[in-house]
Amino acid sequence: MRQRTMEIVVGAFVLAGCGALLFLALQVSGLTPQAAEPTYKVYANFNDVGGLAVRGQVSMAGVTIGRVTGIKLDPKTYQARVEMEINKSAEIIPTDSSAIIRTAGLLGEKYVDVSVGADQSYMKDGDTFYGTQSALNIERLISNFASGK
Amino acid sequence: MIDRLATIGRGTFDILASLGRSSEFLVRSLIAVPRPATGLPLLVKQIYAVGVLSLAIIVVSGLFIGMVLGLQGYNILTDYGSEQAIGQMVALTLVRELGPVVTALLFAGRAGSALTAEIGLMKATEQLSSMEMMGVDPLRRVIAPRFWAGFITMPLLAMIFSVVGIWGGMLVGVDWLGVFEGSYWANMQSSVDFGEDVLNGVIKSIVFGFVCTWIAVYQGYDSVPTSEGISSATTKTVVYSSLAVLGLDFILTAVMFGDI
Repeated sequence: MRQRTMEIVVGAFVLAGCGALLFLALQVSGLTPQAAEPTYKVYANFNDVGGLAVRGQVSMAGVTIGRVTGIKLDPKTYQARVEMEINKSAEIIPTDSSAIIRTAGLLGEKYVDVSVGADQSYMKDGDTFYGTQSALNIERLISNFASGK
Repeated sequence: MIDRLATIGRGTFDILASLGRSSEFLVRSLIAVPRPATGLPLLVKQIYAVGVLSLAIIVVSGLFIGMVLGLQGYNILTDYGSEQAIGQMVALTLVRELGPVVTALLFAGRAGSALTAEIGLMKATEQLSSMEMMGVDPLRRVIAPRFWAGFITMPLLAMIFSVVGIWGGMLVGVDWLGVFEGSYWANMQSSVDFGEDVLNGVIKSIVFGFVCTWIAVYQGYDSVPTSEGISSATTKTVVYSSLAVLGLDFILTAVMFGDI
């Protein structure tokens, strides 16, 4: 085969491979080429985080507005202190809002749902949620039911 | 008794010597980068032989593996009423595991054996030694372009394999079995992570490309220059490459996804 034809075929092959990677990135993994949005940090203290994990979603009305960046045990209160990064565009959380740990679907992942309050002022960087509701623990629920509490 | 001990010792020496020779060979062919003017056409020719000609087997196998994944996945998932998750299953299986591994196995059989046989025959017909006598370094002229060609083509082939497989899974899942197309893609996009899944798959295929090509060219270069020697070198290439790929795959998976 002539050198030029071969070069063209190899060029097409390399392009096809790169195109495949691009397809995997955009169509399969749903990667959107956008710069990371600026965020601010808020905290919430839970009695029980259940199966909440770092990188879990934080959502408001079902829309993702941030993610969980850290979960620590507070040695004073024996509560779990969850650190969240919220997008700047969602800096409209009223100060009396509460954070609730919910499960996506029946057996899905745990995420933090922000239940919107009615206050006129908004939460700022470093603030802590006023009210929280811990993860629903099915085992505890059943044992409470069985013992008649 | 003493004889047996000596046999074990000799075997160990042989293995160590072979490892040493292959490492030295690897380093020498890696630093022997050809000059761009002469090297680039050689590299293009090898990418054509190793990559473009392997495309047919990769595409066909990828399509069938994707279709089988779609079919098997549907049969299991439909028991739980969650056949929408088929896209996620097909994509994760292909991108993380089957794409890199099956491509590497097919590559070892299709391209690796050809590399070994070609270099082995060059050695048997003393083309390599005549090159040396003409003052041409065979490592630079023959081995390095083949090595780099395998190294470059493997990730490309694995990507193409995964994409064709995902398309095959859609063919069976969506067009034949009637899963809603939107949920096929949406489930896939929400569960496949670019850094975690796709890039780790690419890293796997780069490692496999390196190992398979290294084994193939070394077995050819080190073969006994007889027809028997070449045939045993070709067999060794396929066997060693397959074992190395499967073993390395376990190690890489444990490191990447096993939280070690």
